[in-house]
Amino acid sequence: MTSKTEVTLEHFYIFNGTYAKKEGEAKKDLDVQIKNIGLSEAIIKFAQSFNPGQPCDYCHTHKTRQIYYQPEPNFWMVMIVGVPYIWKEKDGNKYTEYQYDEVSSSVCQALLKQAYVMFRLFMGSFDTIINEPECGSITLLKHKLEHFYSRYLMSLKLNNSDILDVFQGLQFLPLDKITFLRVQCFMNLVEAMFSQVKYTAFLYNDQVVWSGLEPEDMQVVYNYLVSTLLPAHLEKELHEGSMPRNSPSPFTTTHYGKFVTGPSSINEPSLIGKSPKVFINYSTKPVSLYLVVYRALSATICLFVDINILKDIKLECLFYSLDSFLGPQLTTLVNSVAEQCTKHVTVSSESCKYLYFNKLNLAYKSTIHPDNRRCSNVLTTPEVLRVITDIYNDTNKLKEAGEIIIKTMSDYWVVGKLSNLREFFVVIQQKSASIMEIEEDVKKLCEKELKSIFFH
Amino acid sequence: METTDQDTRDDYYLELSSDPIRFESVSCQTNVFFDDSKQQVFAVRSGGITGVLVKGPNQNLSFRMEDKGPVISIKFSPNMNILAVQHNNSSVEFINYSSITGLDNIEYSQSCKGKNATILGFVWTHGNEILFVTDYGVELFQVNSEKHNVRLLKCLSLGVNWFVFCPQSYLVLLSSGTIGNQMQTLHITPGNLHKLTKFEVEVGAAKPGKLAVYERDIALTVLYGTPCIILLRHQPGTNRSTGAASVHVYTVHKMTTIKRSHVLKLDVSGKFAINVVDNLIIVHHQTTKTSMIFDIMLPGVSDGTVMHHTSVAPVKSIKPYSLKVPGTTLSNEMYQPCQLYIELKLESLVKLITDKVLLVEFLMQRTNTKYILIHILQNFMMQLPISLMDMPIIFNKLNSVYRNYLENKIQNQMGTPLQSNTKSPNTVIENYKYKLVLDQSDVYSYILSKFPENTIEPKMIVWVLLEYIRSLTEHSIPVEHYLHELVITTLVQRKAYYQLHQLLQYHVVADSKPLACLLLSLENLYPAAHQLALDMLKRLGNAHEEIIEVLLSKGYILPALRYIRSVGMVDQISDRKFLEAAKATEDATLFYSVFKFFKQRNLYLYNATSFTKGERYQPYIQHYKYLFEGTDNTCNSDTNSNVTTISS
Repeated sequence: MTSKTEVTLEHFYIFNGTYAKKEGEAKKDLDVQIKNIGLSEAIIKFAQSFNPGQPCDYCHTHKTRQIYYQPEPNFWMVMIVGVPYIWKEKDGNKYTEYQYDEVSSSVCQALLKQAYVMFRLFMGSFDTIINEPECGSITLLKHKLEHFYSRYLMSLKLNNSDILDVFQGLQFLPLDKITFLRVQCFMNLVEAMFSQVKYTAFLYNDQVVWSGLEPEDMQVVYNYLVSTLLPAHLEKELHEGSMPRNSPSPFTTTHYGKFVTGPSSINEPSLIGKSPKVFINYSTKPVSLYLVVYRALSATICLFVDINILKDIKLECLFYSLDSFLGPQLTTLVNSVAEQCTKHVTVSSESCKYLYFNKLNLAYKSTIHPDNRRCSNVLTTPEVLRVITDIYNDTNKLKEAGEIIIKTMSDYWVVGKLSNLREFFVVIQQKSASIMEIEEDVKKLCEKELKSIFFH
Repeated sequence: METTDQDTRDDYYLELSSDPIRFESVSCQTNVFFDDSKQQVFAVRSGGITGVLVKGPNQNLSFRMEDKGPVISIKFSPNMNILAVQHNNSSVEFINYSSITGLDNIEYSQSCKGKNATILGFVWTHGNEILFVTDYGVELFQVNSEKHNVRLLKCLSLGVNWFVFCPQSYLVLLSSGTIGNQMQTLHITPGNLHKLTKFEVEVGAAKPGKLAVYERDIALTVLYGTPCIILLRHQPGTNRSTGAASVHVYTVHKMTTIKRSHVLKLDVSGKFAINVVDNLIIVHHQTTKTSMIFDIMLPGVSDGTVMHHTSVAPVKSIKPYSLKVPGTTLSNEMYQPCQLYIELKLESLVKLITDKVLLVEFLMQRTNTKYILIHILQNFMMQLPISLMDMPIIFNKLNSVYRNYLENKIQNQMGTPLQSNTKSPNTVIENYKYKLVLDQSDVYSYILSKFPENTIEPKMIVWVLLEYIRSLTEHSIPVEHYLHELVITTLVQRKAYYQLHQLLQYHVVADSKPLACLLLSLENLYPAAHQLALDMLKRLGNAHEEIIEVLLSKGYILPALRYIRSVGMVDQISDRKFLEAAKATEDATLFYSVFKFFKQRNLYLYNATSFTKGERYQPYIQHYKYLFEGTDNTCNSDTNSNVTTISS
């Protein structure tokens, strides 16, 4: 008998209660599918009778955790994860003990929502697919769901997910006013010179400097860039060797600009088909635009291009002129950003780690996570991360301000503070510390890190 | 003599002044002299008694003097008290003059010191000092009008072919050498002569017995405060009709050295005349009857030592004119405008300069162009979005002048020269004096706040505003609050709240109480504005009262108390404000906390838990009792007991 130490994805399905036939994703036989969906639907319906208008979020069972999410009317997404267990022996009898604490429902719920918004970003909402003028149908939706999730679920990192997935935040680059203005004015100029470009965003080293998108769209795009597109691009560049330069001779002005989505080289133009089409602006007027990502040194520029304006201009021409406009100017701009960044490097203290999140602009900052890739190199224990998630769920219920302090068995102090709609978590590992000392440390840290905001 | 308009089309950028100096026509009996220094025209009528008519820009006088034969030259001293008249080649006569009594008719004279020397000309310099230029050198005299005598101050021996004097800079340029290409410049100061570095004009093979450089090829002037020598060069060695001529500009540095610094390309050859108007060099070409305009302050192409310039605008004629002179009609057929004033028609000229950046720079260097420039910039805004490309450069040009203006202003207020003044070359700072300052209030009130409605997308207005703020910031000019306000309101108008949030996040908008209040008022539109306003108030560091008010207005009573404690203001604040707010929440626990908090404070401050000025606190004390001590409102119980007494 072996133990199961990891959280596993057991089932994942999407159904619409109004359709006679249900569609599913899990590779099980149809019978099990229908059974599972039937059960989920029953639980959802059952819960509704107790609290109408407030749909059921999750259901805890002995061996599983079921998460329900209704992204669009009548559409339900269900994710069932298996709870890890270990074998124990008591009085000569072997039995399994399930580690319920290791599964955080709110993190799982966040992952399920993420799965939906990511689909919506690249494929459009369920509703738009069904009502697409040319070939919209339930069958089309099924195909698209199958196509998208078969790959997406493979990359789902259930065990490396934590509070950051709940936040779905953006890391902003600390920058002085003038450098920010330079970036901002440059992006405005790009929009002015290329009328096809509807929105822009500027990132430096995975950190946002400027976003012309609405926060809820930027959230998804940022997640895609930072966890999927840019790591893949960097990997590719590493394989290709030295930094490619877009210059035929060493004497002409060089620039380091390159398309990440779009033609890989300006001289051999391939089509825009390589750039993904994204669906954004759901809160106001949904549009679909091409996402063109351009990178020079450590800076990444996202351009959201309207293809309908492109009709009379050849795509290659647009890419060519974009490259010759962006490349040289961006290279100098990035240098000035880089210069500023070296001035802003802050050395985080060894003993105190913190996590900051502002839900109003989605900014987060963490010294617990050394980078924002979803890897396991977190500078604390999974237990502490779960405690943070739990505190977050509690502070969420507080209205204006408050503070929760928890001490774990392994001498970790986890402090969660809420003020002015911002969350601030501090993790301190210190043996035989008193709550007074911890309070003092937190106060010092707040004064150091949050001096320019109202946080009391 | 009259000028009449022949053509009212306005694609001419040069025209003759509508206010020329009119004088009697030249005839066999009348000679006309022009004094460049005082801008006076002398009409001398001979025959028995000489009648002299003097016309200047502001004066008009006439007098008679004894006829001593033909006059070679005639000039008034700077303050009009002595008239110098030259009748022969070796001496000059002086007559005292007063505006009331006229000439006193006591003549005294001075001959040149050099034997056998011929006076080439004379100029009045400072006060009653006069400089004779002879073919053997120069002699500086002082004329004493009271004693009617003349004293030699300085002299210098040098073979002189011809000379040119500049009344603005007091420089005199002497041509020496057998072919006249050795140029010696002297600076005339009161009572003294200073030699500047000599320079030689390179010449090709000069024809024997002829000078290589003539007086008519040289002009002395002052451009942007720097004395300049303008030399017209015909392409050496080539045929005059084929080779293109050019103009060389020599600039004088600190009145000691002379350097060839600019070359103006003319592209044509033939006869030329040169004018200087508003620091521009205007070269008239007689063959084609066209004029070219050059501005040495505009960027040119450098060859390492010299800047090469081309004409600012396409070559054009002066607006056609016709001068009716008794006996003959002087029209533009003659194309000799140098005796008349020339005016620049900027309104027409701006249409001919297509490069926007160049145009802005050109206009900034002219006088009285503020409204033309504003108009140009306004038009420029109508060409958005494409014109955004040039805006960074244009704003930087405006703001670098603005920055310098502010620096000078501060320097003047401080009364002490800044260190930087001595470090950087004077000429650079001097140049800014000749540039138009368009400050942020001008840009705001004439351009940024005046976008015609519905012509430009609000998004583009934000682009321009940010570009302007960027440029100001790059020049370390503090941005005025009205620009920040405009950014905020424009972004709010187009509902670009997240973009506004980012601007505030990066502190693009400077913190201030009025802006924090503006943000608070936006809370209904954009909830995060409340957070931003609180942050801003906190950063200001002196807005504790405002922060407390904001928190209380939201019903955040405990956070407000916590804030007070953190900034150490517990002793000062008004407890009734808090008690009232806590009572209003109808939250018993909250009221309890607040009430106890202030009881504690009383204990600490007055060593007593009770509230002083008791009656004001009655409502709260009673409310507390009502909530926690089970007693009803005492007022009510009093009335009740009264009622009972009466009824019993």
